[in-house]
Amino acid sequence: MNMPPLLRDIEFAVDLSFVNAKGWILDLLSHIVPDWVVVFASIVISGVAILVLGPVIMMYLTLLERKLIGRIQNRYGPNRVGIWGLLQPIADGIKMFTKEDIVPVYADKVIHCLAPIVIVIPALMVFLVVPFGERMTAVNLNIGLLYFIAVSSITTIPIFMGSWGSRNKYSLLGGMRTAAQMISYEVPMTLSVVPVIMMSQSLSTNKIVLSQSGSYDMNWFIFTPWGIVGFIIFFLCAVAECNRPPFDLPEAESEIIAGFHTEYSGMKFALFYMAEYMNAFTLCGIAATLFLGGWQGPFLPSWIWFLGKTFVLICVMIWFRGTFPRFRVDQLMGFAWKFLLPLTLINILVAGLCHFISEKTGWIYSFIIFSISFWVLVRLNRPWMPEKRHYPLAN
Amino acid sequence: MDMLSLIIKFGIYGTMALALIAAIAVVTLRNLFHSALCLAAVLIATAMIYAAFHADFLAAAQILLYVGAVMTLIIFAIMLTEQLGSKTIRQTNRQNLAALAGLLVFVVILGRVIFKTPWPVTEKALASKVTVMELGKAFMGPYVFPFEVISIILIAALLGAVVIAKKDR
Repeated sequence: MNMPPLLRDIEFAVDLSFVNAKGWILDLLSHIVPDWVVVFASIVISGVAILVLGPVIMMYLTLLERKLIGRIQNRYGPNRVGIWGLLQPIADGIKMFTKEDIVPVYADKVIHCLAPIVIVIPALMVFLVVPFGERMTAVNLNIGLLYFIAVSSITTIPIFMGSWGSRNKYSLLGGMRTAAQMISYEVPMTLSVVPVIMMSQSLSTNKIVLSQSGSYDMNWFIFTPWGIVGFIIFFLCAVAECNRPPFDLPEAESEIIAGFHTEYSGMKFALFYMAEYMNAFTLCGIAATLFLGGWQGPFLPSWIWFLGKTFVLICVMIWFRGTFPRFRVDQLMGFAWKFLLPLTLINILVAGLCHFISEKTGWIYSFIIFSISFWVLVRLNRPWMPEKRHYPLAN
Repeated sequence: MDMLSLIIKFGIYGTMALALIAAIAVVTLRNLFHSALCLAAVLIATAMIYAAFHADFLAAAQILLYVGAVMTLIIFAIMLTEQLGSKTIRQTNRQNLAALAGLLVFVVILGRVIFKTPWPVTEKALASKVTVMELGKAFMGPYVFPFEVISIILIAALLGAVVIAKKDR
C-alpha cells in the first residue's frame, strides 16, 4: 500500500494499540516478579480480555437484535432504559440474577445444573483462535481452524445434558432435533472450509488471513468463484449450527415451547442464551476470517475491519430472523444432505481447477459448472407433490 | 521457568487422574446417560493429554470425531432405547470369569509390547514436531494406498447404512 510514512506510522500505532498495552504491562511486571509469573500474567491478561469480551458482546448483541427486529417489524424496540435503550442489557442481567431458579422435581439434578455451565465453556474456548486484528489472536495455534471446528462440535453434548436432565418431553424433542441438525450441518460446514485450507495451505487462522492480503489488502477469498459459493454454504451452515432462524427447530417456540431450555429459568437460562449469542459471534467472526479477509482491509485499523465485517454478518443473521419462516424437519435435513453436501464437494473440485488455470477462464468455467450442478441438484431435490385428488359428490 | 514446568507437570498428572476416574465411572455408574457423559469426559481428557504432548492434530481430531460425532451418536442411541425412563441398569453380567481371563491376556500382551519397545529418547526425537503439513504430505505420498482403501471402506459403510435403512420400503 502506498501511503505517506507518517500516516502509516499512525495506522500502525492504532492498529497495535491493544497489543502494545499488553506489552507494556508485561514489561512493567518483568521488573518486579519472577519470569514464570510474567508468563502466567500474559495468559491471564488474554484470558480475562476474552472472558470479559464474550459476555459484553452477548449483552449488546441481544440489544442490537431486539432493535433491528423491532425496526423490521415496524416498531421501536427497547428504548426506555438509558438513551436508545443502551442500558437495557444491564437491566436484563439484573432481572435474570434476581429471578427464582426453578428445578423440576423429577429432573436429574446434577446434569440439569451442569448443562448451562458446560455449554459456555466451548463457546468461550473458540474465542482463543479468532483473529481480532493484526497480532491479536489470543493463541496462534497451527491447527487453529481445526480447533475451532472441533471445539464448536462439543456444543451438542451440553444441549443433550440440558434436554435429558430436565425430564420434559419438549426438552427431549428439542435435544433430538439439535443433535440431528448439528451433526448434519457440521459436514457441509467442514467441507466448505476445505478450499480455503487448500489455497492458504495452512490451518492457522492467522496465516489464512495473511494469505488474503494482496493489493490494498483486498485479495479476499470471497472474490474468487469458489470463495463465493464456499462463503454462502459456510454462512448458511453457521446459521444452522447456532440454531438461529430459519433453522431454529430445536427451540421452536410455537412447536416445542423452547426445546432444550424449556425447564430453565433465571441465570441458567441466561447462560444458554449467552452461549448461543457468543457462538453466533464467533461463527460470524470465523466466516469473516476465512472468506472476507479477516482483519485485512485498506486505511482503517485492523480490529475495526474485523469487527465491522463480523457485525455485518450478524446483522444478516438478524435480517434472516426477521424475514424467513421456519424450516420443516425433513426440509432441513434434505437441504443439508442432498443439496449443500454435493455442492461443497463440487466446490472443492472447482477450487482445484481455478488454481491451475488463469483467473478469467476460471470464472467462466466455474460459472458453467456451478450453474449446471445447481440446476441438476434443484431438479433432483424437487419435492414430491401428491396429485390433486378429486372426490366427486354422489349427487 | 522451573515453576512453570512444575505447574504443567501437575496439570498433566491431574488430567491423567481425571481420565482414569472418569473411565472407572463409565463402567460403574448405573445410569446409562451418566456413563455416556463420563465417557465424553474420558475422551476430552485424553485429547488434553495429546495436546500437552504436542500432538495438536491428534487432539483436535480426537475431539472432533469422538466427542463431537461418536458421543453424539451414542447419546442419540441411548435416547432412543427404552431404558431412558428407568433410572438404573445393572452394569454386570454372568461372564465375569471369561472377562477376567480376557483382561489378563490383554494386560500381558500390552505389557510385553510396552517393555519390548525400546522407546528411544534422544534430543532429536524430543525436538521433532510433526506438523499438519507433513501429515498431509505423508497421506498423499507414501501412505496414499491405505488412505484410499480406508476411504473406499468408509463409502461402502455409508452405502450399506443407506441400504439397511431403506429395507422396509
